[in-house]
Amino acid sequence: MKCDYCDSKATVFLTQLVDGQMKKVCLCEPCAKDKGVTDPTGFSMADMLLGASIGQAMQGVPVMAGSHHRKCSSCGFTLDDLRRVRRFGCCECYDTFSTEVGQMLRSMHKSNQHVGKVPKGLVAKQVRDQQLEELRAKLDQAIAAESYEEAAGLRDEIDNLTRAES
Amino acid sequence: MMRFSTLIKNPADWMAGGNGHGGAVLTSRVRLARNLRGLPFPGWAKREQRDEALRRIRPAVEGLPVMKDAFSQELSQLDSVQKQVLVERHLISREHAARGDGSAAVIERKQHFSLMINEEDHLRMQAIRPGLNLTAAYESLDGVDSQLELELEYAFDSGLGYLTTCPTNLGTAMRASVMLHLPGLVLSDQIGQVLNGINKFGFAVRGLYGEGTESLGNLYQISNQSTLGESESDIIRRLERIIAQVAIHEQNAREKLLEDDPAMVADKVGRAYGLLRYSHLMESKEALNLLSLLRLGGSLDYFPSDTVSLCDELLMEIQPAHLQLHAGRKLAADERDAIRAKIVRDRLQSLHSPDIYSKNHAPEPDSKDQENTSDT
Repeated sequence: MKCDYCDSKATVFLTQLVDGQMKKVCLCEPCAKDKGVTDPTGFSMADMLLGASIGQAMQGVPVMAGSHHRKCSSCGFTLDDLRRVRRFGCCECYDTFSTEVGQMLRSMHKSNQHVGKVPKGLVAKQVRDQQLEELRAKLDQAIAAESYEEAAGLRDEIDNLTRAES
Repeated sequence: MMRFSTLIKNPADWMAGGNGHGGAVLTSRVRLARNLRGLPFPGWAKREQRDEALRRIRPAVEGLPVMKDAFSQELSQLDSVQKQVLVERHLISREHAARGDGSAAVIERKQHFSLMINEEDHLRMQAIRPGLNLTAAYESLDGVDSQLELELEYAFDSGLGYLTTCPTNLGTAMRASVMLHLPGLVLSDQIGQVLNGINKFGFAVRGLYGEGTESLGNLYQISNQSTLGESESDIIRRLERIIAQVAIHEQNAREKLLEDDPAMVADKVGRAYGLLRYSHLMESKEALNLLSLLRLGGSLDYFPSDTVSLCDELLMEIQPAHLQLHAGRKLAADERDAIRAKIVRDRLQSLHSPDIYSKNHAPEPDSKDQENTSDT
């Protein structure tokens, strides 16, 4: 049996239960050392096994024509790079490849909406701006669709957020 | 600033603090991943961009009150044994140790916190506590993170949460994990069942599986899989609840073993004691498995109460880089086995042989022996 990461003979076999299914990873001695799997307490093993699931998650993602050559405008990362390194290039990549990310998330996480800590300070303002932008877009839609009751609710939300800012 | 030798000289309290929950829980760890907006992730960044991330993050981290007089070093300034020692202590990751220029580690004096700059993410921070203390570990780390977020502009999205290099960490970007010692469940063949159960709740269970579900040293690590869609405190509450359950199962398994087959338990602990006390060459795998049995003996009160902690410290001390640090030079495999055996012998020198029959609810062996003698 060959190592999952290189072509040497695999001598270290790891099994892990993920969602009730046995997953097996085969590694050669140097790769096993390199990936830190001989350390049963390391986080690197969790990351590697979860990382391996990205490859599987991506197989379920339909490839649209030309999407292979789509590049992140900020860092030049492509979908081919993602297949190869199973990691993204920068935070803008999540915008660039949002369709693919959305599909991958389903098999990885509980949901696709963050619940939990939101950073304060510099980032809080950005988050608020982002929310405001979304709300304003919804407001425009509501007005265009003449659903004035919804529009009134959205306007109040926007007012609340802008007031919190000042 | 603290020197490497000073940092390493004293073991951290969490390395010897696994006496809670019948000794089933060794340590609790929480890790958070953070990235800076506007810079590519470390693995994709150019050298200057990695340096830029380091320039921004390092002063902020070193300026934290908790990091006063901390150990702070670029990885390129550490030699391979030093890096490996930090890995064995779980203070940096193996992946981080493999990185050189532009990566740094900042480690708090008591080794409760360690922060890695330019690991897979720009910043990975970790808190470790002895026993089952995920809440305390998270709350302290959350405090550190909240101080840092005032100075660092994190990459965050209201939908995807903290943006991370790998999509498996999105959301809270938190991985909470607990290291467990489960010899009772292994010896009674219930481990597979229990691990399966844990997994059904969405937690990942790992051990270095030998044959079947047996793990080296009967040590298992349980951590959350999903990071997106559930808050930090909910993840931790759920994990703590399930670990407490596992600890009860382990306790029950031990009691049942003592009831059903006390001689088997006594034999395993006794043999482990003998081999550890008198061996002169010991491979790491053998040492791990024997120390696991000695540790079990400690939890069963066959040995004085500090034996469990002693075993936990030894688990760390017998690892390859720690041995080389101890010897002060590179060691070949057979030299390591000799030094490993010596360290174990020295540390266990004053440990008396197991006091099994006064503690066991075992049938009196003496009376049995007498019956046998009278028969002949």
